[in-house]
Amino acid sequence: MSPDRLRGTTDLPVLLPAAGALAARARTERRIGGPVLRLRAWHGAALALLTVGWTGAVWAQDAATVAERSSALRALWEWLPVLLGGFVFNVAISFMAMGIGTATGTLLGLLQISELRVLRGASWLVTQFFRNAPWLVLLFYCMFLLPFEFTVLGVTIPFPDWVKAVIGLALPVMANVSEIVRGAVQSIPSGQWEAAHSLAFTRRQILWQIILPQCVKRMLPPWMNLYAILTMATVLASVVGVGEVMTLTQRALAAESRPEFLVPFYGFVMLLFFAYCYPIARVTQKLELRYAVKH
Amino acid sequence: MPSSTEAASAAWTPDQPIVAIRDVHKSFGPIEVLKGVTFDVMKGDVICIIGASGSGKSTLLRCINALVPIDRGSIRVEGREVNDPHLDQLALRRTVGMVFQQFNLFPHKSALENIMMAPVQVLKQNREEVRARAHRLLAKVGLKEKADAYPGELSGGQQQRVAIARSLAMNPDVMLFDEVTSALDPETVNEVLLTIRELAEEGMTCMLVTHEMGFAREVADHMYFTDKGIIVEHGPPKDFFANPRDERTKAFLGQIL
Repeated sequence: MSPDRLRGTTDLPVLLPAAGALAARARTERRIGGPVLRLRAWHGAALALLTVGWTGAVWAQDAATVAERSSALRALWEWLPVLLGGFVFNVAISFMAMGIGTATGTLLGLLQISELRVLRGASWLVTQFFRNAPWLVLLFYCMFLLPFEFTVLGVTIPFPDWVKAVIGLALPVMANVSEIVRGAVQSIPSGQWEAAHSLAFTRRQILWQIILPQCVKRMLPPWMNLYAILTMATVLASVVGVGEVMTLTQRALAAESRPEFLVPFYGFVMLLFFAYCYPIARVTQKLELRYAVKH
Repeated sequence: MPSSTEAASAAWTPDQPIVAIRDVHKSFGPIEVLKGVTFDVMKGDVICIIGASGSGKSTLLRCINALVPIDRGSIRVEGREVNDPHLDQLALRRTVGMVFQQFNLFPHKSALENIMMAPVQVLKQNREEVRARAHRLLAKVGLKEKADAYPGELSGGQQQRVAIARSLAMNPDVMLFDEVTSALDPETVNEVLLTIRELAEEGMTCMLVTHEMGFAREVADHMYFTDKGIIVEHGPPKDFFANPRDERTKAFLGQIL
């Protein structure tokens, strides 16, 4: 396949109308190293329908049989503060993991374009290792390999499970941010480097004053995409016993011991995540469109 | 050979060639682009290098400010040896300005900021003084009113003139022009050529790689024709265009003119 074809100029008539859009999408996906999150409004509508519909069905059944037992809707209402509290915890975990992952990932990404072969190789290896490891496995590693407390200079710092979960989730985020940074830097035309070199800028000046400022725009959409994915992955922490929304939902269901509540409860959890991630996905799409225009 | 570039630089006097190119060889992988190029440029000279695509013209320019390292031979700019592992690249590049075919303005900075960046950050000059000079340079290239425009809002010719002003802001002793009008719309070529001609008339040492034969004939003190990595023929433009001696020059000029 010719490089031109890859860039989206095609002579195949059937592909012509979509070629531009496909090429733009392919570019984004190459840069972020995976498909882009494409949440649509109807995803939310379907979820809401499922939750409400099933709740209604359960309620109708209740009315017909055991009227004294609480309806699914009322149960959901009673558990709402607990579940929302859990969800806020998920969001908090996502913030912290994203913060740590972005800081370390940016550093790792810059090391990937270092002039020193050793640094370049090592950072590439680290990036690839964490990018291609299942998130849950990384989480387990952090859970069981990190101590529950650290003692530094006589001061004991406790290391609760949720902190380990934050670190476990930050690792794949770091690797993905590293690739986003590397990809963005390499997507800047080489003429920018040449021009800057010819003006006697140092490599460091070029990177910080000329290349990276141009990268921020390009990095924002894939970075937000990664954040949305991370937020949805925070429920993985339930597997290792962190009291986030998934764990709490399981507890609520166990307390209610009504199997028919399963669908509305989990449906509600999905709705929460949809309500949080959908706006992010929309803004990301808008930014992608805006920045797709050549500078 | 002097032990340090400073010594070499100090030894240079303006009566010597400002750029002295000796038997320069350069290969990219298996392809040898420069196969022994030798010539001198005196201060204030305007020289034009012409030749078919891939004949090594642009590479030669890039070797002069060490954007591309040379494999063999010697290039001295004001006595500073480019092919020296201890070369102070930044010092060399402060004396050599370069303008590119694709302009390569920094898209996130306005025209004025593009011009101010290098003097402020590289030469650490006073920001306000640089600003005043940048405004003067913009006026000089005829873009006084475009100070706050971003490169994306300027035409090709305007961008190229800002790029020239950006290079001039470093007060270089030599200017390299690499096919600076090749990416321009025909109607904007002239404004750029006019700017270069003014520079040449002010006594700036200019080395141009160009396909604008009419322009070369008018401004050049000396013409060089390259083919397959060597200089085939050179001479003052009058002779060069009127009586080319080498068959390859004849064939090339025949195609172009």
